[in-house]
Amino acid sequence: MQDQMDYQKIGKSAKARRILRNIFVYTMLTFWALIVLFPFYWMVLTSVKSYSTYNAEYIPKFFTLAPTLANYADAFTSVSLGRYLLNTLLFTVVTTALMLFVTTLAAFAFARLEFRGKNLIFTLFLALMMIPNELVIITNFVTVTNADLRNTFTGLILPSVTSVFYIYLLRENFAQIPDTLYYAAKVDGTSDLRYLRRVMLPICRPTLITIGILKIIECWNSYVWPRLITDDADYYLVSNGIQEIRENGFGRENIPAMMAAVVVISLPLIVLFLIFRKKVMEGVSRGGMKG
Amino acid sequence: MEKRTMKAWLYLLPAILFLGVFMVYPLVDVLIYSFEEGYNSASQSFFGVGGYNYSYVLHDPYFLQALKNTFLLVVITVPASTALALLVSVGLSSIKPLRDLFQTIYFLPYVTNTLAVGLVFMILFKKTAYSDGLINLFLHWFGSPSIDFIEGPYWAKMFVLCFYTIWVVLPFKILILTSALASVNQDYYNAARVDGTRRGRIFRRITLPMISPMIFYLVITGFIGAFKAYSDAVALFGTDLNAAGMNTIVGYVYDMLYGDSGGYPSYASAAAILLFAIVLTITCINLLVSKKHVHYSK
Amino acid sequence: MKIVLQHLTKKFPSRSKKSREEVIAVNDFTFEIPDGKLVGLLGPSGCGKSTTLNLICGLLTPTDGQIFFGEDDVTKLAPENRGVGLVFQNYALYPHLTVLKNIMFPLENLRGTQKLTKDEMQRRALEAAKLVQIEGLMDRKPGELSGGQQQRVAIARALVKMPRVLLLDEPLSNLDARLRLQTREEIRRIQRETQITTVFVTHDQDEAMSISDLIVVMKDGIIQQIGAPQEVYDNPANLFVAKFLGTPPINLFDGKVENGMLCIGNDAVLPADGAAEGEVTVAIRPEGFLLKEDGPMHCVLVRLEVMGRDVSIVSTHACSEGENIRSIINTENTLDLNSKIVRFALKPQKVFLFHKETGERIYMQKHPGNAD
Repeated sequence: MQDQMDYQKIGKSAKARRILRNIFVYTMLTFWALIVLFPFYWMVLTSVKSYSTYNAEYIPKFFTLAPTLANYADAFTSVSLGRYLLNTLLFTVVTTALMLFVTTLAAFAFARLEFRGKNLIFTLFLALMMIPNELVIITNFVTVTNADLRNTFTGLILPSVTSVFYIYLLRENFAQIPDTLYYAAKVDGTSDLRYLRRVMLPICRPTLITIGILKIIECWNSYVWPRLITDDADYYLVSNGIQEIRENGFGRENIPAMMAAVVVISLPLIVLFLIFRKKVMEGVSRGGMKG
Repeated sequence: MEKRTMKAWLYLLPAILFLGVFMVYPLVDVLIYSFEEGYNSASQSFFGVGGYNYSYVLHDPYFLQALKNTFLLVVITVPASTALALLVSVGLSSIKPLRDLFQTIYFLPYVTNTLAVGLVFMILFKKTAYSDGLINLFLHWFGSPSIDFIEGPYWAKMFVLCFYTIWVVLPFKILILTSALASVNQDYYNAARVDGTRRGRIFRRITLPMISPMIFYLVITGFIGAFKAYSDAVALFGTDLNAAGMNTIVGYVYDMLYGDSGGYPSYASAAAILLFAIVLTITCINLLVSKKHVHYSK
Repeated sequence: MKIVLQHLTKKFPSRSKKSREEVIAVNDFTFEIPDGKLVGLLGPSGCGKSTTLNLICGLLTPTDGQIFFGEDDVTKLAPENRGVGLVFQNYALYPHLTVLKNIMFPLENLRGTQKLTKDEMQRRALEAAKLVQIEGLMDRKPGELSGGQQQRVAIARALVKMPRVLLLDEPLSNLDARLRLQTREEIRRIQRETQITTVFVTHDQDEAMSISDLIVVMKDGIIQQIGAPQEVYDNPANLFVAKFLGTPPINLFDGKVENGMLCIGNDAVLPADGAAEGEVTVAIRPEGFLLKEDGPMHCVLVRLEVMGRDVSIVSTHACSEGENIRSIINTENTLDLNSKIVRFALKPQKVFLFHKETGERIYMQKHPGNAD
């Protein structure tokens, strides 16, 4: 019976340890969640404080009793935030669409077609994956400048289109489709292009959506290339726009209005993420890297 | 050429055109640039060929400052963010209720615009005439004098930069590590439990070796990413990073290329190639080290 | 160490969100596993046998009921304090550790007074390895071993800490047919040598029948029958057990008891004293048929299959539940292949009656002298 007592004791102390551990884990997770969320809270909070309230707070307050939307109106009227948003939208949509088109064709050729030199050229493609953007951007800058494409959408979009990694990702997915489907379609007299459109694309839709979303995120946040290639505010994207607002906008340092602009810029991607949460996270874990 | 080979090349044509013009050609070109001495972008002429550009860059105090900043950033943020991500992921994997919520929250920084949210960090840390800023308020509570993190001492600026960088890179690492942890077969843990293995030992002897390929992947991509840091710094300290003394190697490349101090593609090319060489060396060292410590299952 | 389960019950919350109903994986188990025996938990997938094993080793805690090891109530004890060795279906060998390190792993967990020196650990690991005959593989990693070798390493790892109870989850399912035969003999041998009370889970009745001292047949979380393999085979408690055990499977017929005789269609095949009149399900083992020219059971001959020492006759009968009847007879009997009808007499001890709805066994009195 002595044994049995001991067992009970062991069971009890194990339970106590488990509870302690849970408390520790949840505290730590909540703490980090607060650190992640706080900047978002602060930016929304600041954006609804009026200019005078904000500047009067020597010690910042954690809430406001008189929220105002005036800063949002300000952000759209006294600086061209609307223009930046439209530019970015156009840039993102066109770049992503072009990327999907080019990527699909190339991935199809690598996955499905047999031709001489396929292995060689595919290896070369893979080798290109290792080249950092910073290395090629210098020449691209010179190329685009010489072609007189500075401050045009063509100049913005063209160098941003291709991504070897997405071609690779899609090719892997295409290659998983059994050969027999292709042969069956061939026997029925289906052309390659039709097979690609009617069979491969529907099957690989999840991957297409994934790389589409990754590209959208990349485009929406791109900063370096637009900064190099545009100095006319009419062609700024949101990243350059916000930098411009910071350095030259709103006359005096109007931080609440600036935060309103930041909220407007951040919102589209956050909404997109919350809608496609699973897809985005899956896509990123399969091959997204920031930058 | 055979018909089907022709057709295949037709499919590849757009990709090859884009890559050829915007990746392969620039790659060759940047090398040439970096050895052309005294290149003048207006007349597109140069004096001679040699290593002068490299020597100029390596003696440029701005470059040396950028080099130092970048190295500090790498050395601090890569281990810190990986360790933090590991801690958070292990915590996440051990709970059930609220797990999805936490995961969603942790991922948010990934989908935000680095420049835009950087501004929020700037105003949180900045000390102005009107206000000491929120962070300083916290510091006051602990009896510390206020510090200007944005325009103040070097270490304070470096701290903000590192903090923001970690904040930005953590979502990716947490995501990768949580899925790595989830993919470890539960039977290993059960086996270890039946054998009475303590938690710390399970973690060290089973979990860590099992997810070591992913940790290693994160370390390598972390190194590469941190060496290419730039927009985080711009977000915090503005576009004139040289003046703030917070430039990074990539920032130096762009500044040489364009802007007030720009117009020197040769110097930019030399700096970019130096960066590439550094990253390549470090990656190779990483690969060598990993052979010993990383377990790849077959 | 005997194991006693008392009213053991395990419920899981339903997986679908619509229904609130709980799934009862293990329903009110009460039985005792005697010390030093090899016991097989047998049943189709989803019958709760793996859950039972996990309850015994402590990876799951029961919703209700108790588990005793000897006199100790271990119901609420964590697995590490129970002194069990568990062999997983996929072996769960740590892929990054060598065989030696894998086997030593449990020993390195020991603390306090139980703590061992490095030499002692190595000695014990080698001892366990010798028991399962893998002492030549100590420096390999699991990835370099065959399935059978991995299985042995897993058993050695479970045995090295000298558990009170050894548990094996589907120990043979990942092996090919030839290795399976060999390995089950091996398990039997190891169990005999160590005399550790051993429980293993399987869905393969052949496996359970061949090496167990005792089998527990389960279905839908409920124990159907417990007994020595031969005993259960010869005397199934219900239709499920009769159908589940035996290859080829038992033959089923719609029959009825009329005037003290068991009838299948128009054939009055056996006296059925003691069974209530009415419709029944008749189950006849393949070896329960005897070729007899004036046998009472008339079947339509389909074909003859000769497989080594056995000859099996495939035939049909109007009242048969399956498409064909399979009967095994010894080769001395001759069969006229030209005749369409084949006539059988039946061995009464190989014929079982079951209730038509419940599947419960209906017992007949034995008739001496009627059989072969």
